[in-house]
Amino acid sequence: MEWETVIGLEIHAQLATRSKIFSGSATAYGAPPNTQANLVDLGYPGVLPVLNGAAVRMAVKFGLAIGAEIAPVSVFARKNYFYPDLPKGYQISQYELPVVARGALSIVLEDGSEKRIGITRAHLEEDAGKSLHEGLARYSGIDLNRAGTPLLEIVSEPDLRSAREAIAYMKKVHTLVRYLEICDGNMQEGSFRCDANVSVRPRGQGSFGTRAEIKNLNSFRFVEKAIHHEVARQIDLIEGGGRVVQETRLYDPDRDETRSMRTKEEANDYRYFPDPDLLPLELSPALIAEVRSELPELPDQKAARFASQYALSAYDAGVLTASRELGDYFEAVAKGCPGEPKLAANWVMGELSAALNRDGLEIGASRLSAPQLSGLLHRIADGTISGKIAKEVFEAMWSSGRDADAIIAEKGLKQITDSGVIERAIDEVMARNPGQLADYRAGKDKLFGFFVGQVMKATQGKANPAQLNELLKRKLSGG
Amino acid sequence: MSIHTKTLAELALGLRNKEFSSVELTRALLARIEAAQPTLNALVSITQDGAFAQAAAADREIASGRGSTLTGVPILHKDLFCTEGVRTTCGSRMLDNFIAPYDATVVAKLKAAGTVMLGKTNMDEFAMGSSNETSFYGPVRNPWNVELVPGGSSGGSAAAVAARLAPAATATDTGGSIRQPAALCGVTGFKPTYGRVSRYGMIAFASSLDQGGVICASAEDAAIVLRAMAGFDPRDSTSVDRPVPDYVAALQMPLSGLKIGLLKEFFDAGLDAQNERRIREALALYERLGARLQEVSLPNLPLSVPAYYVVAPAECSSNLARFDGVRFGYRCEQPRDLTDLYRRSRGEGFGAEVKRRIMTGTYVLSAGYYDAYYLKAQKVRRLIADDFDRAFAQVDVLMGPTTPTAAFELGSKTADPITMYLNDIYTIGANLAGLPAVSVPCGFAGNLPVGLQIIGPHFAEERLLNAAHGYQRETDWHSRVPPGWD
Repeated sequence: MEWETVIGLEIHAQLATRSKIFSGSATAYGAPPNTQANLVDLGYPGVLPVLNGAAVRMAVKFGLAIGAEIAPVSVFARKNYFYPDLPKGYQISQYELPVVARGALSIVLEDGSEKRIGITRAHLEEDAGKSLHEGLARYSGIDLNRAGTPLLEIVSEPDLRSAREAIAYMKKVHTLVRYLEICDGNMQEGSFRCDANVSVRPRGQGSFGTRAEIKNLNSFRFVEKAIHHEVARQIDLIEGGGRVVQETRLYDPDRDETRSMRTKEEANDYRYFPDPDLLPLELSPALIAEVRSELPELPDQKAARFASQYALSAYDAGVLTASRELGDYFEAVAKGCPGEPKLAANWVMGELSAALNRDGLEIGASRLSAPQLSGLLHRIADGTISGKIAKEVFEAMWSSGRDADAIIAEKGLKQITDSGVIERAIDEVMARNPGQLADYRAGKDKLFGFFVGQVMKATQGKANPAQLNELLKRKLSGG
Repeated sequence: MSIHTKTLAELALGLRNKEFSSVELTRALLARIEAAQPTLNALVSITQDGAFAQAAAADREIASGRGSTLTGVPILHKDLFCTEGVRTTCGSRMLDNFIAPYDATVVAKLKAAGTVMLGKTNMDEFAMGSSNETSFYGPVRNPWNVELVPGGSSGGSAAAVAARLAPAATATDTGGSIRQPAALCGVTGFKPTYGRVSRYGMIAFASSLDQGGVICASAEDAAIVLRAMAGFDPRDSTSVDRPVPDYVAALQMPLSGLKIGLLKEFFDAGLDAQNERRIREALALYERLGARLQEVSLPNLPLSVPAYYVVAPAECSSNLARFDGVRFGYRCEQPRDLTDLYRRSRGEGFGAEVKRRIMTGTYVLSAGYYDAYYLKAQKVRRLIADDFDRAFAQVDVLMGPTTPTAAFELGSKTADPITMYLNDIYTIGANLAGLPAVSVPCGFAGNLPVGLQIIGPHFAEERLLNAAHGYQRETDWHSRVPPGWD
């Protein structure tokens, strides 16, 4: 039987506010345990939550960016359960009335076509703290620094049909939240993570299969592997005569498998009800309009503009807009080197990206500024250096941080365009290699490359390649 | 006239005129508190050292010509207001060891106004009770007859003011917890509009109903204290951002033309005949003062007790989840594991009534029962609020009894929670609708005080205080001190 995979993602994006969603504590990552938890975060008797307006604006920003409805009135609810890292015994979240509802994002499939992925809702909630077990005998520690950190939970429709689609969608959301500057997207620190709802059904069947929810996936690779594993597990189970049960599963990256955490029967009854400590969140049309006016150019808009303004392929435009910083960098390079957008695109996506990857750097930490890279590209465009020499210059720039012209001058890498000089080099090579010359003239055309190499060697690679080709052809044929 | 029988307004004037110092006044009242404690058990903590320090500071303020009306005036705080560095128990074993690390907004405001805190008053555990018998620290006794309850949950505050241990005590009212004990102890208890007084630092019972207020001898005293307590607090999202009127200045308005609605539903079969007579006499006096009376019906009001006993436990089941033995408060000995820690800490730390309400609340919020109970109760609440709105389109204030009967015997209702709950039948409506209400002493049933309840529309505090004060200018019920405490 042919099986179809059905996936929905719940992405948790930590909002980049300075303080927590219901208290004034800082949200910075990595502080010593419990140094960023005040009485509100600790759930002390008598304290009350006060909503952080910055978190609300960020949620609205996201909603507008995905073309969603912004609820004029949304409600905070309490999700009740006991856990040591949940200080109040409930999490403040949004349940029946979320702030953002019914939006969509489109992803590009392998065949180049676009697919619209529905976003059911996005709601504001507070994060819980962390339980610490390492290095503690007989006890568990609690760190409440993270308790109360604002999260936007972004829930997709079950519109995704493969792990690849899921990753494409997740990356799209990841790009968007960073464009909007509402989340730093740092997956290692848990700022961007997701749960995946996965089910399978025979292709052609209208209704969905029973789903399993895989919790807390904090890398694109884990999402992909966890989905692959889970799909295979479910198909094996059904084909072996079994039945998928609705449950929550945990992905173990060390063993590359998912394990059952709890079944539906064991699930908590969260006893949601509106939080009486917080008034309904009312958003005026004026506030929504204000946030809309602050929206930056969105990834899709930027990609479309790059494609038309710089005559780039849809693919290149997509790569160059993967982050706002990369797009800005490319645009600065292209503007510094008018008429050569394709050259700028190739160098940003090629040498520069490779160097960044090699050194594990983000574009913002590039060792070369955009004007420096433009400076290099200028020298390619005006024929001062060849593309090949340019790579050498680039490496020297990358390691020294100096400008292209300085390196070209110092190393004497300026291209030789004087035909007299090139001709003299050709003559010397021909004179030193009479055997190869005779073979070439006897019809061994392949030796042309040998002569190119020899002349380049003789000129330290500086001969203008086009001129060299033309002159060499003429000289070898005895002209 | 002894110093302790003076009203708060008289004490404030005496301090200002340097007839006595705050330290002298504090010493006198602390002596009364010490002496009364074995009989009344009205306090959980006596803060003698802090009180003398605050009194001395107040005397310096007064001597230098600074200070406000309340500078140097001794007061008590109900033991669910957090007080920095002072044990705050909420009447529970769960918080027997809890030293609050901060002041509630109400406490901070009254401290800033110059008051002197003498101690913390006893109360029903987590404010759940109508007789003060659920306190971990034992029941408070009614100064009018120590075999009787003082009412609850602010029973310590009401008994202390009635016995003239302090001129004022803060209190809270979730279903009648200010007005009912005030009525049973023969003092004036004022519950402001929901949102008028900050809830920050008030240990929550039912967040959508809880409201801080004050118990004093007179409405004038209540106006003075309320003026200092009320106001918007950025730390409480449900507090309302509107200016606080000068409640004291508003007391002198005439009562002629005041339109009073007699709450038909309050004069029901449950109302004791003697209590009813006192209420009707009070209404007749208002009529003589120029007010106009008309009967008003609030058909949904009889549903207030069942609606309340769904909503309040639901909120309490969630509010009290933080008492888990992990970060503060009671923790059981030698927990085997996490579940054992939760079970025993909560099982041993909470008393029976609190557990009953947590269980009720957990049940009504559970999947499959939420719509039938919680949601239905919220709809009833809306209907009751609408009834009040319609009534206030016709009349300025509503009047009726505060309680069905005068104080009852200790232990007489503890076996049957429903009987106990019905004691709040007349007070709960104002909480469900978030309205301000006051209970005023209006005579006696036998030897026991009876309370007249006045309810007003949202933010009509001035109107209520004025109506109560106008009545107290013509009567002396509020000046009566229980025998042996004068």
